[in-house]
Amino acid sequence: MTKLTILSAALLTAVSATTALAEVESLDPIKLTTHDWTGQIITTTIMGEVLKKAGYNVEYVQADYIAQFAGLKTGDLHVAMEIWETTGREAMDDATNSGNVVNMGSTGMDAVEEWWYPAYMEKVCPGLPDWKALNDCAAEFATPETAPMGRYLGGPVTWGGFDDERVEALEMDFEVVHAGTDAALFAELESAYQREAPIVLWIYSPHWATAKYDGKFVQFPPYSAECYSDPSVGMNPDAAYDCGKPTGPIWKVAWTGVADKWPGAADAIKAFDIDNDAMGTLVGRVDLDGESIDAVVADWMANNEANWSSWIK
Amino acid sequence: MTGIVTFLTKGSRPFWLALLVITWALSTWSFPLYKALGARWIIKFPKKYELSLDTWISNAMTWLVEDAHFILFTFRDLTRFIAAMIEIPYRIMRSLLIDGFSLGQGQQAIEIAPSISWIAIIGAMAALAFYAKNRALAWLAGLCFAYLAVFGQWESAMVTLASVLIAVPIGVGGGLALGILSYRHPWFERLLRPLLDLMQTVPVFAYLVPILFLFGFGPVSALVATVIYAMPPMVRVATVALHSVPEEIIEAGRMVGSKPRQLMWKVLVPTALPSLMVGVNQVIMLSLNMVIIASMIGAGGLGYDVLTSLRRLDIGGGIEAGLAIVVMAIALDRVSQAFAIRRVRPRPDPSKPLYLRYPLLSFVMALTVITTLLGLWIPAFRLYPEALTITTGSIWSTIMEWINVTFFDTLEAIKTFFLTYLLLPVKRFFTGIPWAWGIIVMGLISARLGGWKLGLMAALMTLFIAANGLWAKAMITVYLVSVSVLIASAIGIPLGVWAGQNARANTVIGTLIDTLQTLPSFVYLIPVVMLFRVGDFSAMIAVVLYALAPAVRYAAHGIRSIDPELIDAGKAAGCTDRQLLVRIKMPLAAPSLLLGLNQTIMLALSMLVITALVGTRDLGQEVYIALTKANTGQGIIAGLSVAFIAIMADRIVTALARTSQERLGVK
Repeated sequence: MTKLTILSAALLTAVSATTALAEVESLDPIKLTTHDWTGQIITTTIMGEVLKKAGYNVEYVQADYIAQFAGLKTGDLHVAMEIWETTGREAMDDATNSGNVVNMGSTGMDAVEEWWYPAYMEKVCPGLPDWKALNDCAAEFATPETAPMGRYLGGPVTWGGFDDERVEALEMDFEVVHAGTDAALFAELESAYQREAPIVLWIYSPHWATAKYDGKFVQFPPYSAECYSDPSVGMNPDAAYDCGKPTGPIWKVAWTGVADKWPGAADAIKAFDIDNDAMGTLVGRVDLDGESIDAVVADWMANNEANWSSWIK
Repeated sequence: MTGIVTFLTKGSRPFWLALLVITWALSTWSFPLYKALGARWIIKFPKKYELSLDTWISNAMTWLVEDAHFILFTFRDLTRFIAAMIEIPYRIMRSLLIDGFSLGQGQQAIEIAPSISWIAIIGAMAALAFYAKNRALAWLAGLCFAYLAVFGQWESAMVTLASVLIAVPIGVGGGLALGILSYRHPWFERLLRPLLDLMQTVPVFAYLVPILFLFGFGPVSALVATVIYAMPPMVRVATVALHSVPEEIIEAGRMVGSKPRQLMWKVLVPTALPSLMVGVNQVIMLSLNMVIIASMIGAGGLGYDVLTSLRRLDIGGGIEAGLAIVVMAIALDRVSQAFAIRRVRPRPDPSKPLYLRYPLLSFVMALTVITTLLGLWIPAFRLYPEALTITTGSIWSTIMEWINVTFFDTLEAIKTFFLTYLLLPVKRFFTGIPWAWGIIVMGLISARLGGWKLGLMAALMTLFIAANGLWAKAMITVYLVSVSVLIASAIGIPLGVWAGQNARANTVIGTLIDTLQTLPSFVYLIPVVMLFRVGDFSAMIAVVLYALAPAVRYAAHGIRSIDPELIDAGKAAGCTDRQLLVRIKMPLAAPSLLLGLNQTIMLALSMLVITALVGTRDLGQEVYIALTKANTGQGIIAGLSVAFIAIMADRIVTALARTSQERLGVK
């Protein structure tokens, strides 16, 4: 008997909830993709929770960063919240050119990817963060496998980044070793940091590593599009890539059909905006302090109501 | 001419010596040779003759996904229909185990029935184990599942269990069906065998992309990949099991007038059931092996927890989730093995009431109903209360840090020693071999050991690898595998011999090996990288840890299955223990050791693809790059190359084992 009462009560609330949220265009779930790094999952969860507040149904689908474009083109997947200018540009252009995927604008965050060293290396290698100073003490970074060259731990080959070309063009005494995944990358950093051992490696931001470890990005000659495309530009007249890596926005993309099926949601996605610092703090709370993503997002939602409620107006 | 032929096929020592010397010389001087002759084709397969198979495959795939159709519906509609058919039972299973049943979508959803209480699931598992064997097994299974609850892994574990409970019946059913077809039609078996070889040797990463395209993003694709990976042993076991049903039993079946269908389902399958259960066991274990990879494409569950923990270097979290996979594997493995050897018991007395006839079933039903209903009011019955979960927290990270800070220099010295005196020389040897000589030498070795057909096949397979521009990466693969197999055998065979002679050692080593095989390699890959940095050495350690198991198991099996009379004879002749081992046991165990070697090579190859995640430059990396770039063709070509290396190694070692068996006159 009691159970029946609970059930009918639940039904009643559900019915009233439905009427309250009836203004959304479609109740079909909007599928947001999640990848394998925390920042992206937080971004996506914030977006999802905001859409839920507006009355939409959302579903989080785990998908590979690049492989997801196949799903976005066909409408199997609907929204991808983080496409980095630095790593995803090619795949994104390819998808938007097909006409089935649209760029929903920047997330407000800027991607930084560059060579990075822990602060204690400044004692061994004065003159850092300048790249010439780094090159002068390349021997400090040598390991038995790379000696006499210094060892630079690059990202997985799939990330691109032109580090092999950069070392060649700037005539640096470094050997590029590619990690297979970013887990391996940060495992090495953690290990070296514990021993205060020399290391210089590829770090990207926003990421918890820049919050957990004290260190700096190496300063290369500033990036320009010409530097990458035209050998004559830059300090080495015979080679391209004689400069640092580009920084750029982190984009949001969506299946074209989103704007037709859920116009209100499309507007909210376009309006989504957060900055590097806010995201860095959230990522740190999850990855360093061990809080759950849901708790951190719920907390953010409570403290930033004025902000997100303007997205769904 | 005949002289050469005899030399190539009959001559023993001179043949192998000549082959080794020529290969070594060519490997050392191939580069100067190319410089001297100006012939770059010596070291690199000419670009203009390279096959563009990968582009064709990618195009074919695009056509299949976008254009192919059978008048009424497209190919994609067909695969999506299959996906939907798999998704329904999967959703039901998940609802049952963890999610609960609900109506409506998203926020409008209303729960209409809860999921089963965790207490009932543990109880059901224990009851199943009791039914299969005895009280001890019931305790084991119950405790394994209790671990999942106590360590806060319950929800993820149930998601994983749901996919295993769907993948296993599909794998077993499909495997049995294919096995029956192979049993009935020898031509079908001949057709299927190479396909099974490929299913077992092509790395999973290679076909994940096409599966994602065809079956959509989400758990169903992961299930399909799991079934493809886990089914082959079932097909093989089913075929063998049906063939080994005694002729007398089949005759008896025919005499009572069974039709073919009745003969199959009432006579053959029941008789072969114990053997078939071995296949079921294999399917379960392989499905659990796939948990990590499946989680990369959306299966979620424990594999996902392992990945995310390690991505934030939470080693303790990774180990806890990894061990959850291990205990689940142990529980399911022991219970399914118990079913394989379970004796048939008399049917219950029909005059008794139902609940007395099936006391266990009634107990589980009652437990389920009561705890699940209680769960509606008391949340602790529905889900294990979070406040009571325990965790090892940061203990593991602290231990890791201590090892790292204290022993790094020692470990570094050991690593440098191995790199200088073993890894690098072997690497130079293999990568120096010119591709053209590689083809010839593979052909010669295979022809010498397994006849000209095998020789031709090996030469063609090697040509395939070279002609797709993968020679250099293939040689790095061969180098990493051979070094790892060497070290795995050097550690594994002595351990196995010890385990084969000493029951207590056997228990300890057996547990260790089981854990190493079911613990997802990612769990130890990251600590290994912390201690040994990114590079070949870390990859090698991971491969050795994973590929150790068969070396140990087969060595132990080989020692145990020696005829005791032969050992007694040796003792009577006055052999010391040492002589007994070296002169009698080891030679007699040789065929078994070779089979172990074969399996070690297979596991090492399958692991190489995972080590691409640390950063090796081999075929595994090629497959992984193809996966992240969603390039179907590249992935399949590199995957096939790995498969071909595996198939060649398998055939050669099998041929070696056969000759050594014949020489010893043992089976």
